[in-house]
Amino acid sequence: MNATGWKEIPIGGMILDAGNSVEYLTGGWRAFRPVFGEAQCINCMQCWLFCPDSSILVEDGKMVGFDLEHCKGCGICASVCPVNKKVIKQVGEVARDDERLCIRMVEEGKFQE
Amino acid sequence: MSKFEALAGNEAVATAMRQINPDVVAAYPITPQTSTVQKFADFVADGLVDTEFVTVESEHSAMSACVGASAAGARVMTATSANGLALMWEIVYIAASNRCPIVMSLVNRALSAPINIHCDHSDVMGIRDSGWIIIFSEDGQEAYDNLIQAVRIAEHPDVLLPVAVCQDGFITSHGMERVEIYDDEDVKAFVGTYEPKWPLLDIEHPKTYGPLDFYDYYYEHKRQQVEAMENAQQVVLDVAAEFKEKFGREYGLFEKYRLDDAEVAVVVLNSTAGTAKVVVDQLRDEGLKVGLLKPRLFRPFPAQELAQALSHLKAVAVMDRSISFGAMGNAGPLYLELAAALATHGVHIPIADYVYGLGGRDILPHEIEQVYRDALQIAATGRVEQMVTYLSVRE
Amino acid sequence: MATKLTPRELAKKEDRLAPGHRLCAGCGASIIVRQMLAAIDEPVVIANATGCLEVATTIYPYTAWRVPWIHNAFENAASTISGVEAAYRSLVRQGKIPEQDVKFIAFGGDGGTYDIGLQALSGAAERGHQFLYVCYDNGAYMNTGIQRSSATPYGANTTTSPAGKVIPGKRQFRKDLTAIMAAHGIPYVAQAAPSQWKDLMEKTRKAVNSGGPAFMNVLSSCNRGWRHPTDETVEITQLAVDTCFWPLYEVENGVWKLNYKPKEKLPVEEWLKRQGRFRHLFKPENRHMIDELQAEVDRRWERLLHLCGEA
Repeated sequence: MNATGWKEIPIGGMILDAGNSVEYLTGGWRAFRPVFGEAQCINCMQCWLFCPDSSILVEDGKMVGFDLEHCKGCGICASVCPVNKKVIKQVGEVARDDERLCIRMVEEGKFQE
Repeated sequence: MSKFEALAGNEAVATAMRQINPDVVAAYPITPQTSTVQKFADFVADGLVDTEFVTVESEHSAMSACVGASAAGARVMTATSANGLALMWEIVYIAASNRCPIVMSLVNRALSAPINIHCDHSDVMGIRDSGWIIIFSEDGQEAYDNLIQAVRIAEHPDVLLPVAVCQDGFITSHGMERVEIYDDEDVKAFVGTYEPKWPLLDIEHPKTYGPLDFYDYYYEHKRQQVEAMENAQQVVLDVAAEFKEKFGREYGLFEKYRLDDAEVAVVVLNSTAGTAKVVVDQLRDEGLKVGLLKPRLFRPFPAQELAQALSHLKAVAVMDRSISFGAMGNAGPLYLELAAALATHGVHIPIADYVYGLGGRDILPHEIEQVYRDALQIAATGRVEQMVTYLSVRE
Repeated sequence: MATKLTPRELAKKEDRLAPGHRLCAGCGASIIVRQMLAAIDEPVVIANATGCLEVATTIYPYTAWRVPWIHNAFENAASTISGVEAAYRSLVRQGKIPEQDVKFIAFGGDGGTYDIGLQALSGAAERGHQFLYVCYDNGAYMNTGIQRSSATPYGANTTTSPAGKVIPGKRQFRKDLTAIMAAHGIPYVAQAAPSQWKDLMEKTRKAVNSGGPAFMNVLSSCNRGWRHPTDETVEITQLAVDTCFWPLYEVENGVWKLNYKPKEKLPVEEWLKRQGRFRHLFKPENRHMIDELQAEVDRRWERLLHLCGEA
């Protein structure tokens, strides 16, 4: 419960702080997380196009990673990645040892199907 | 310079709308409101207003468009009756809750079923808990004056609530009367321009209107509405004072007619008050100490002031043009509220209810006279034999 | 100059829908909103019907919208945006606010559009307001827990058309809302899917620049209601297109145009078998329903080809 009283909040339920949902973190919903092998990324931005959670981080026209504070782990980015599924991989959020190895390999660009 | 015109109540209302020149009107035709919309359409067609007139496909969309336009930052008006208001009902609440200062001319008509196009107050009583300010008008002049004042009341920064201005369907909406129409420029100056504080169309400062509001904040937003309602009563009086100064007519929370030295009084809304005044005069000629109280502001309900104004009486007869089915004694809403107000404020006088005029059934002077004679009897005995009487219904 | 419709260029713009909203993982609705709003460079004002998108993006005191946004009720997004647009025209005409090329958009789900909001939509379209109404069609009342709507496909298992022992799912074919809107004779009507993002974006631009009311019906996967893994949203959406269950076409000033013809029209069961809501249809005793749905898909496809001059 927020302690703000009725005199302090805007009337009529208006929200004046546009886009303040960024303060609400949905990253904790994830059962799976995407990992990113930057080296092989062709910056086609398919992941950005299809991310339902505006959680693909882009700088200077380049995909630079995930907003893991908000990414819900749906895996769409991995599924639409056209680079033989090597650039983005879905792994369990609570990674097992073999998955940790997988994460490292993806991130180092060494992962092979 | 003002001028006197022979106008039906609806025409007087449409004239007020022309003078107010709202940015948007969204309305749908329904008897007996229709002639307001028609007349206003003429003003639009002739270029006499700047209004964007949205001829919606239903009353639900009328009120929906009004909410959208009001949130956008426009001054907005509409008009309806009975079933139209009932169809709006969902959005009537949203208009108040979103704090949209919409002004509505409500031409009172009986709700279906059976379908009936004539006057009673069942329509407005259905929205009495919706968060709208509700004002009643005895005749075309009052409907005109109240509509002009409603704009100022609704848009007052301490209020920001929608206002419904009522008049009786057909009886005054279509009854031709002498109405003083003020100078266009004077009305324009009185209503001023609307300065919305949080317009949706302020693109640079995006706002979210109408979010999902759960148990952690919804209650606080309702509390804000209570505050606005509480503020409204004083604003109604302030606007009335300014109105009197500018246009000469006096308005308050209610009108007292030969009440101060009366022993019994009738309390009645809208046009029947006019008939009751005639009856009061006749009975006064007989030496009977009778008076009348005609509520103007129904929401917020000025309970303390009403109790005070009636406290010297020996009996009160309320006349209700609708029934609150299943409520205590199957009485009318006005009676229920007034009885509660008197009791709450320590005014212990006998009070009886007379339901009348449902579905446009005529209410004649001799029937009102009977109500007064009943009230005098109650005053004499100090006892209410029958809490609710359904006046003139055939057994 | 309008932003080039390339993902790299579009990704440079700030998202108009912020993260932190509470739509389900893998939701199609926010993909559609993001793609469509990215395609529009001009200022937008949005009205949103009650539904998943509305509920999940504005849980007080948070809002995911970085643009002016209003929710009124379920059935009245079209009349609400009518009011906003009328206010804009009035205030601009009177010189009370500056004129900008504002695009007015309403979003509603299929429940809020095909069903409860159809009257308001029809009225607003007939009145000629300058707005784009977008139906994100996920084929059921997903927000209240997957109840059937008039957009629900034939045979689908929903909570009010359950696959029971006697009645195997929904017994009616879906309403062809896109054609109904085309019959209004408004400047622009289209059907689109986010899996073909460029087509969706180009249509969005045409719609908001059409100079009158525009309607777009956009297929929106709901993995909760359709019953498929969250990461298959895009693939399954495209299967609806490639089976011609959801053809991509537009009706511009009365002229019907097919925008995409699958190289090979896939059997509708290729789409059905990927979704749990149709699982019961694959029992031998229900097989005839797949055939009936296929026949209806074929019938509508042939009719569309004819209307588009492709037959």
